Amino acid sequence: MRLEARFRWLPTPFRSVLLFVVWLLLNNSVSPGHLLLAAFFAITIPWITFPFRDPQPLIVKPGLAFRHLMLVLYDIVTANLQVALLILGPTKKLRPGFVKVPLDLSHEMPITILASTVSLTPGTVSAEVYPIPESLEEGEVIEQRYLLIHVLDLADEQALISTIKQRYEAPLKEIFRC
Amino acid sequence: MSEWIVSILLLIGGCFILIGSIGLVKMPDFFMRLHGPTKATTLGMASLLIAAMVYFSYTNEGVSVKEILISIFLLITAPISGYMLIKSAIHHKLRAKDGTKGLDNIEED
Repeated sequence: MRLEARFRWLPTPFRSVLLFVVWLLLNNSVSPGHLLLAAFFAITIPWITFPFRDPQPLIVKPGLAFRHLMLVLYDIVTANLQVALLILGPTKKLRPGFVKVPLDLSHEMPITILASTVSLTPGTVSAEVYPIPESLEEGEVIEQRYLLIHVLDLADEQALISTIKQRYEAPLKEIFRC
Repeated sequence: MSEWIVSILLLIGGCFILIGSIGLVKMPDFFMRLHGPTKATTLGMASLLIAAMVYFSYTNEGVSVKEILISIFLLITAPISGYMLIKSAIHHKLRAKDGTKGLDNIEED
């Protein structure tokens, strides 16, 4: 996991790119003036706000991150169709359930991304991350974290856990290398 | 031609949002109800936004891309609000439907 950026003047490169793109999208133009203004904001805003933030892990593999994003977008579309079918189908046949997925990720940021993708993809909503920090004794070390998810139609618990781990968690682990 | 595309996209989007709302009414317990609004509506909103993009790109001059921003914010916020809802539901110990599997996976807090 890398927390320090390569250049000191650009502490969060991807947030800068995001700011640049968002500014251009908001103004709906690519005129030279807006390009210049966007570049100015993309560099100064992260630079000014960086000291207030907790260090977050940086994306080590941007190519893989893009591929993972495309995969997640595709899964969102199929998830929508699946859930629509489940909703329209007979309610009595649904087998809801809670599943605890053991996590290999340790940092909050990748866990947040994983929880969000799980919520957006087929038939699952993430509910909680265990152990809850407030319930821990002071100085206690967290050994293994779990993600509690609610499943709309649970067929095979082990299969679901291994799909989530392979399809969504493994790429995230590589993207942030942690 | 563009009118056709816009109307088909609007219909698809409307159908998905309707299905999400039907899910809200039909499902037996709170946890299952959450699945409709967090998922079925994202695709509905996406097609409505694409319809808006096509429409405004045709009627106004230039391409309209602001809608991409709306969908990005939607994709970021939908899971978070779903998470807050289900977290508070667990905290209040709402009853899940009988026959829900793995209820013992919920830890006491």
